Formats: sequence, C-alpha cells, structure tokens
Amino acid sequence: MAVLATEPQAEAPVRAGADQPTIQTITVRQALNDAMREEMRRDPTVMIIGCDVGVRGNPFGVTKGLLEEFGEKRVRDAPISEPAFTGAGLGAAAMGLRPIVEILYSDWITLAMDQIVNMAAKIRYMFGGKINVPLVVRAPFGAGGGNAAQHSQSFEAWFNHIPGLKVVAPATPYDVKGMLKTAIRDDNPVIFFEHKRAYALEGDVPSTDYTVPFGEAIVRRPGTDVTIVAYSMMALKAQAAAEQLAADGIDCEVIDLRSLLPLDYETVVRSLRKTNRIVVVQEANLRGGMAGDIVAELIDRGFDLLDAPPVRVGGLNVPMPYNMGLETKVIPNEQKIIDAVRRVLA
Amino acid sequence: MSETISEDLRARFPCHTPLAAPAELDGTQQLEMFHRMNLIREFDTKVRDLWMSNKIYGLAHAYVGAEAIAVGACTALEPEDCITSTHRGHGHTIAKGADVKKMMAELFGKYEGYNRGKGGSMHIADVEHGMLGATGIVGSGMPLAVGAAMAADVLKNGRVALCFHGDGGTNQGVWHESVNMAAAWKLPAIFLIENNQIAIATELGQVSNEPELHKRAVGYGIPGVLVDGFNPFAVYEAVSTAAARARAGDGPTLIEARFVRLLGHFVADDQWYRDMAEFEPFWALDPIRRMRVYFEHSRLADEQELDVLAHRAAAEIAEAIRYAEEDCTEPPVESLYEDIYAAGEVIA
Repeated sequence: MAVLATEPQAEAPVRAGADQPTIQTITVRQALNDAMREEMRRDPTVMIIGCDVGVRGNPFGVTKGLLEEFGEKRVRDAPISEPAFTGAGLGAAAMGLRPIVEILYSDWITLAMDQIVNMAAKIRYMFGGKINVPLVVRAPFGAGGGNAAQHSQSFEAWFNHIPGLKVVAPATPYDVKGMLKTAIRDDNPVIFFEHKRAYALEGDVPSTDYTVPFGEAIVRRPGTDVTIVAYSMMALKAQAAAEQLAADGIDCEVIDLRSLLPLDYETVVRSLRKTNRIVVVQEANLRGGMAGDIVAELIDRGFDLLDAPPVRVGGLNVPMPYNMGLETKVIPNEQKIIDAVRRVLA
Repeated sequence: MSETISEDLRARFPCHTPLAAPAELDGTQQLEMFHRMNLIREFDTKVRDLWMSNKIYGLAHAYVGAEAIAVGACTALEPEDCITSTHRGHGHTIAKGADVKKMMAELFGKYEGYNRGKGGSMHIADVEHGMLGATGIVGSGMPLAVGAAMAADVLKNGRVALCFHGDGGTNQGVWHESVNMAAAWKLPAIFLIENNQIAIATELGQVSNEPELHKRAVGYGIPGVLVDGFNPFAVYEAVSTAAARARAGDGPTLIEARFVRLLGHFVADDQWYRDMAEFEPFWALDPIRRMRVYFEHSRLADEQELDVLAHRAAAEIAEAIRYAEEDCTEPPVESLYEDIYAAGEVIA
C-alpha cells in the first residue's frame, strides 16, 4: 500500500554493472511475454494453452517465441474450444501443472463460464480443500479500435461476484509483469484482465525477478480534494484527468486498484479520510459493475467520511457500437472523469 | 455356458456377453471385484433408506445396477491413475478405493467426511485415490479428464485419466471438444460412457439420431468400443486395452458401456414416467447376481462363501453409518470460509 506517484523506486535504476539490476523500458506486451518466459524457465510445470498462442505467438504477439523455447507440450495451440481448453487447464492444475489459459478476446470467456464459475472456483471448497487450482486465465479486455460488440467488453464484475476466484487488472508494464508472476505462483484460479489497448504502452521494469502482490492498490498521484479510484486503462485516464484538474487548482488523489479481488479497501478508505469525496471509474458499462460494488462497500465502511454522494463513471449501458463516433461516446474519457470530479465537488 | 438369458431379453439387449474372467485376474482379484460391487450396492441401498428417513440431506443418485462398470473399469487402472465422475459418483468413488466411512460421513454432512461436509453426495471426492470428484453439471468432467491427461503428458508420469460420464453428457458441446482435443494430442485419456439410455426421463433415442454412441469415435479417428455394461469382466477388458493404448502414447479410446437404468434418476424418483413392467426383466442382468452365478459355476466360490462376502459388505456399510451418526461432528461455523482459497487465505 505504498503511497507513490510513480512506480516503486525500491529497484533504483542502476545502469550497467555485472550483478547490478538494470532498468529497461519495455511495453506491456513485452512485460507479459517476459513474465511468462521467466516463470516457464523457473518452473517446468508452467504451460500455456489457447488459440494461436504457439506458432503465431498470439494475435497480439504476447506469447511470441515461447513455443520455440519451450516446445509444443508446454505451449499448446488449442482448437477453438474455450470450454474444453479452459477445463483442461483446470484438470492439469489439479494434477500438478500451473497452466496459463489464454482467452483470445475476453468476450469469449462466456464460452468457458461453466468451467470457471462452477468448476475452477468451486472444486477446492466443495471437495473439502483437497485440490489446489494454480490456474491463470489471461483475458485481453477493453474497448477501442472499432471492434464492436463482441470484441470490446469488460466482464470483470462477473468474476468479482464469484468466491474462489481472484481477479486482477493491472495496467503498467511494471505491474503487469509483477502481477502475472504472482498469478502464476498463486495456488488459486486467477482471472488476469490485460487491456488490449495498453499492449504498446511503455514503462520501466527492473531486470531482476520481482512480483507485485495482489490486494495492494497504489496511489498514482497524491492529492487532497477528491479521490479518484480506477483500474486498468481507466487508471491512466484518471491520472490524465487529474493533471488537467490540477491546472484549475483541484488536487485529486488517483488510486490504481490493480487488484479487484481481493480489493485494497484500506488504501481507498485512507484516502477518503483525507478527501471525503470520491469518484469511481470503470470502463465497463456502468450497470452492475465494479464501481457500484465499490461505492456500496464504501458506504458500509465509511459513510460518515463522505461529504458528498459518491459518483460513478462508466461506459454507457449499450452494446459497443462499431462506428468510431458512437464508440467514443460509449467509452469513458478524461472529460467524463473531470465532469464527475466537478460534480462531487459541487 | 452357465448363464442363460431369455430370447426376448437378448433381442432387447443385444450387447449382452457372458461373464468370463480374463486370465490375468486371479481368484482373489475376482472376489475383490465382487466385494467392491457389493459395497456399492449396499452403500446405495442404505443411502436410499437414509434419505427417505431424512437422515441424508440434498440430492443423492444411486449407482445400483451400474456396479459392473465402475468396478470393471477401476480394476483395470493403476492406483495412481485418476478418474473423473458424474452426479452419480458413489460407485466410482468406492471402486477407486475410497473409505466408505469417510464417504458416509460426507453424505451425513459431517466435518470428518471426504469434503468436510461441503460437498455431499453430488460432489463426493477422494483425491488421494485419484477420484477427482463428482460433479453436478452433466458433461463438466470431460475437460477435467483431458487436463489430467495433459498433465500426465507434460510430466511424463505414465498416468492415465478416465472420464466416467453418461449418455446425457454426450450431447454437451464440451463432450465433442474434449474428445477432439484428447484425440488431436494423443493424450492418455479414456472416455467411458455409462449408457443407461435415459437422461432423467428423456430417452436417448428421442434426442440422438444415432444411439450407438461408440460409433462417434470414427469422427475423431480413435477406437470406439461397445461393451455389455452389466458385465464387469467385459468392462475390465475394454478399459485394460484402452489404458495400455493410452500409456503407449497412442491416444484416447471411447468406450460405450451399455446397460439399462434399473432404478430412478435419484433416490426418491418413483419413475412414474416409465413403464417399469417393461424394465423389470432387466433385473435378470443385475451384475451382482450374474457374478454369483458365474462364481458358483466356475467353482471359485460357493453360495455360502458368497453370502459371507455379501455380509461383510453389509457390515462395512453398517459400521460406516454408525461412524457417521455417532463418531462424527457437525462442521464448525468458522469452516464456512475455509478452503475457498489456498493456504488459509480468507477474502470475506
């Protein structure tokens, strides 16, 4: 729960030097690839299964080169059978592997819902704690780019509803790499949401092995007037909105949750104690989303801290349209966050 | 030879084959199979009574009449091989070597049960013996077995994964996906259809134009075998062949063990939707009765010795019930949050 404006500085940049850690600037795409490669080198039970993860290195290039290094038993190009390869990931997890299942676009996780919700999330509990489920389901999500209604959705709230799962949605290369490693080493099923529009985003990452724990939010920008809680792409937009608001003398504290289940309410409530006003931002359409759940929990935990009704920002409650102009209207942007902050201050 | 069945029954159940123990099964092993079958029969007969007298909660599905399949199949597997199950899992669990006391404790919802009272009949699991759990969602064990086979393939530990499932499960989409994937990668899996020819009240012929389910294997380029599901030795031989093939790296086999559901879908199902007079004659094929006839004729055991075995099973189940009722405890309320996550982690 470090209060930091930027990435943790514990791994201070030390250029060159034989055994000294170095800092590289890499993309989110590379961070994901590095995390999987390093974990697969470290642990021979880690494997990947999904559509086009092997020869093609996944359509976004995220798994490029892994088939060549680890072979086709550990990097499996699966048939287009989400229920079966997700369920197979679960079966393999139960029998000693640490599989990473990739759902090419997270929208299609619906096909695998039974295996995730009724099986992976349940079998430890309903079998009396006898089975470990070290399973990661990587789910590229998020809108933008004209992919329309079946390739743009954000379903994280559905999984937040399911005891037995963990749900994370990191955005920066540092967090993405550290949290994917945590996910792979975790003995529980983890739904790992990575934002498709963030793959090319760059950031600094140390060359040494590190992990980022689940359940720890990070303060991206300290402030005193309003708390903005967000995650994934929206955390970046919230930071940009906060900078614009700063020019008008409004000092926002921006919290990037990173991990949704478990969720670090301590950091959020600590911030609320200072600002007494809160805006919660999600990219998913607003109804039934994380933002509503977070606001409800904050009312339970700290109603008296609130000087104004909390404000939620989310996508419009419509299927994602194809047309760029319409699409832009649906996805939350900096202006909508700015408007929400002004509303909570009004 | 020893067995005689009516012409009418033979016409209605053409996959009937006479019992004949394969050479590799010695007398002790055959009698152990008989014992396991008796344990299943006795367990599920008593579970029905206990359910009727409100001592067992929730849903329970009896394996009565199918004992030959679970016992034949599990006898052909190695102890470290694993199985996946269905909602009708007591037979699979007992056949794989489970302790009936812990099973009964689970059905009574006790903390000492296999699942700490959180699973009950429909989720009974004995992971130590490779029984990866009963599941209440038809067909959902298919990919689980594929994954277990995939783990064996990656870890090269020589294990085989067998998926028990019903004819109902064969019409789930994931059934096709799983068989296809295991076949494409030549995984050490065995898909064993317990074809009782009815899904609750829907007959297979109503919902499948081709009720000869083993024929589907052709579409996956794997062997498809039809066996008499009332014949434990026939099931044993089919699974032995499939297991050897799987261990050799030649991929999965589809086995259809065909039989007839002799009792209701669940323990209190009176089957008003079925003309039971039509199915009553199939009790002549009751695998336990057939085993007795076979042993007497093959002089492996006489009636008295077989009665002793049956009584031994009855005594074990009686002791299991006594254990569950008298020695076991209710799960503490604190256990509600146990085992949702690994290593004691609680996310309330």
